[in-house]
Amino acid sequence: MAFFLETLLGGLMAGMLYSLVALGFVLIYKASGVFNFAQGAMVLFAALAMARLAEWIPALTGISDPLIANVLAFIGAGVVMFVVAWVIERLVLRHLVNQEGTTLLMATLGITYFLEGLGQTIFGNSIYKIDIGMPKDPVLILERAFEGGILINKEDLYAAVIAAALVALLSMFFQKTATGRALRAVADDHQAAQSIGIPLNRIWVIVWCVAGVVALVAGMIWGSKLGVQFSLTTVAMRALPVVILGGLTSVPGAIVGGLIIGVGEKLSEVYLGPFVGGGIEIWFAYVLALGFLLIRPQGLFGEKIIDRV
Amino acid sequence: MFYRENGQFKTTYRADQQIFPIAQDRMALYALLAVAFVAVPALASNYWLTNILIPFLIFSLAAIGVNILVGYCGQISLGSGAFMAVGAYSAYNFFVRVEGIPLIVALILGGICAMLFGILFGLPSLRVKGLYLAVATLAAQFFADWMFLRIQWFTNYSPSGSVSVSNLQVFGLSLDSPLAKYLFCLTLLAVIALLAKNLVRGAVGREWMAIRDMDVAAAVIGIRPMYAKLTAFAVSSFIVGIAGALWAFIYLGAWEPAAFSVDQSFKLLFMVIIGGMGSIMGSFFGAAFIVLLPIFLSQFLPALATMLGFEISTAGVSHAELMIFGGLIVWFLIVEPHGLAKLWSIGKQKLRLWPFPH
Repeated sequence: MAFFLETLLGGLMAGMLYSLVALGFVLIYKASGVFNFAQGAMVLFAALAMARLAEWIPALTGISDPLIANVLAFIGAGVVMFVVAWVIERLVLRHLVNQEGTTLLMATLGITYFLEGLGQTIFGNSIYKIDIGMPKDPVLILERAFEGGILINKEDLYAAVIAAALVALLSMFFQKTATGRALRAVADDHQAAQSIGIPLNRIWVIVWCVAGVVALVAGMIWGSKLGVQFSLTTVAMRALPVVILGGLTSVPGAIVGGLIIGVGEKLSEVYLGPFVGGGIEIWFAYVLALGFLLIRPQGLFGEKIIDRV
Repeated sequence: MFYRENGQFKTTYRADQQIFPIAQDRMALYALLAVAFVAVPALASNYWLTNILIPFLIFSLAAIGVNILVGYCGQISLGSGAFMAVGAYSAYNFFVRVEGIPLIVALILGGICAMLFGILFGLPSLRVKGLYLAVATLAAQFFADWMFLRIQWFTNYSPSGSVSVSNLQVFGLSLDSPLAKYLFCLTLLAVIALLAKNLVRGAVGREWMAIRDMDVAAAVIGIRPMYAKLTAFAVSSFIVGIAGALWAFIYLGAWEPAAFSVDQSFKLLFMVIIGGMGSIMGSFFGAAFIVLLPIFLSQFLPALATMLGFEISTAGVSHAELMIFGGLIVWFLIVEPHGLAKLWSIGKQKLRLWPFPH
């Protein structure tokens, strides 16, 4: 029982991190109808920027306090992501208005390649560390309830808390601010939003920026867990089943989907993996998502797809 | 002035319905075939044959397969790499386990296995559409990656996980020289391209296009969506499977599952989009572009760097390649979202009027 709970908790916390990446997909898809395959590359790019800035800033300015250096690096990486968002909107999206979904998907794949190359050209291509002072030691909880207690990783716990905070912050932003309202209006109906004077181009820049910041946070957490390296882009591949499970258009869907996928992956790996040779995590997530899709083709929380002839 | 159908009267339905109704097009095709079968073998060096022409031929074949699914039937698939892998590994298993099986039979059986795999993973397309389907097809990709890595039976229990074939023969002729390989691929490609072209012109091809343009409307006028979608998946994955088997047998010789990773799927989709969705000819253009561009860049970039007087490392070159590749794809999509095939047909239209455009 304790082992089961331990796996479950581990899955839930891993799932929180998946939903963080998935959130980036959902934000952009909702606001601009673009399925942004470049989210993984953006995570890598942001993490690289953050990791290198955290090295460069103390070296250049002589700030020795790691906290200030990290905060400055975070802000710097945020600015970098803003520039990336602006350039993408300016050079790519603006020219592809009204194209089909496939074309846009391919364009973001092109952006993926470009960002991967650019990031490694500017920031280098070895493995870098992001040290934001997250404790690495595991802790035991519920020792009284179970024999031996439940072992959880403190780092995962912190990451899950940060992710949850970010999600709360984002939903505040979407529900309470004027910009958030404009974003939701654009997501609902492009034309109607435009006709009441919401500037679509600016909204797109904003939403890509928000996605960039989400990518930055995701990159920071994943980077401090795994080290900042090229394989960080595959995190996006892990987050894709989350997005389609939760529904492409739903923020809560990304969270719930992430939790389901996280738990499903861990449980399958532990209880099913040994029988079939292990390493089934990655395709199991997809098959799980596929199973849900067969029952609800628009994802758990997605808007109902209505076809009209 | 020369490209004009004036005076070419069609007096039978046969003449009206042929693939190339214009005489000049037919001549051009015959000339192209002659060049491919006679002039290229006479002139091309071994480097050209092995590194450029054979990959181009095999990827053209794969792109035709993907184009049938994505371009004609409108079902976006990111699992083409998996279909290639299934084709390659099942052809390998037939080849190794069945004593004295002819190569062509092994290839076709490999294609049939890929077809069954494709139908299996095509089943979700009956419920799931669009981008959801695109992501769902990734399930096929990751499942195949895992299957050929972890289930040892498929790799004939080879310790390193990499498998190889040797001593390939077709009708008693050895396929050792690059030239023989080239001609073998070319023949297969020509036959399958012809079959594919006729399929998409026929009843089933029109059903695919109807489903692509609007599936609900197609169902209303009596097209069975299940039949149309699954046949598209079947034909597509059969062709892609054969291409995968060729890629493994002829080009690679020895390979491991990483040869058919998700990158391969993306590349195939790029070929279809850049070449032109819903165009057999576009598949050739797309394959040429995607195969040639990296080769060109890897040759050209170091030369350019030395010309400008600075050194770039190998890693720098590969990053610059990624950037240019990505940038060009985006640029292409912006300039001509309908692909190279569209440019070709615009060119043809212009040529018909030239030199008196009014």
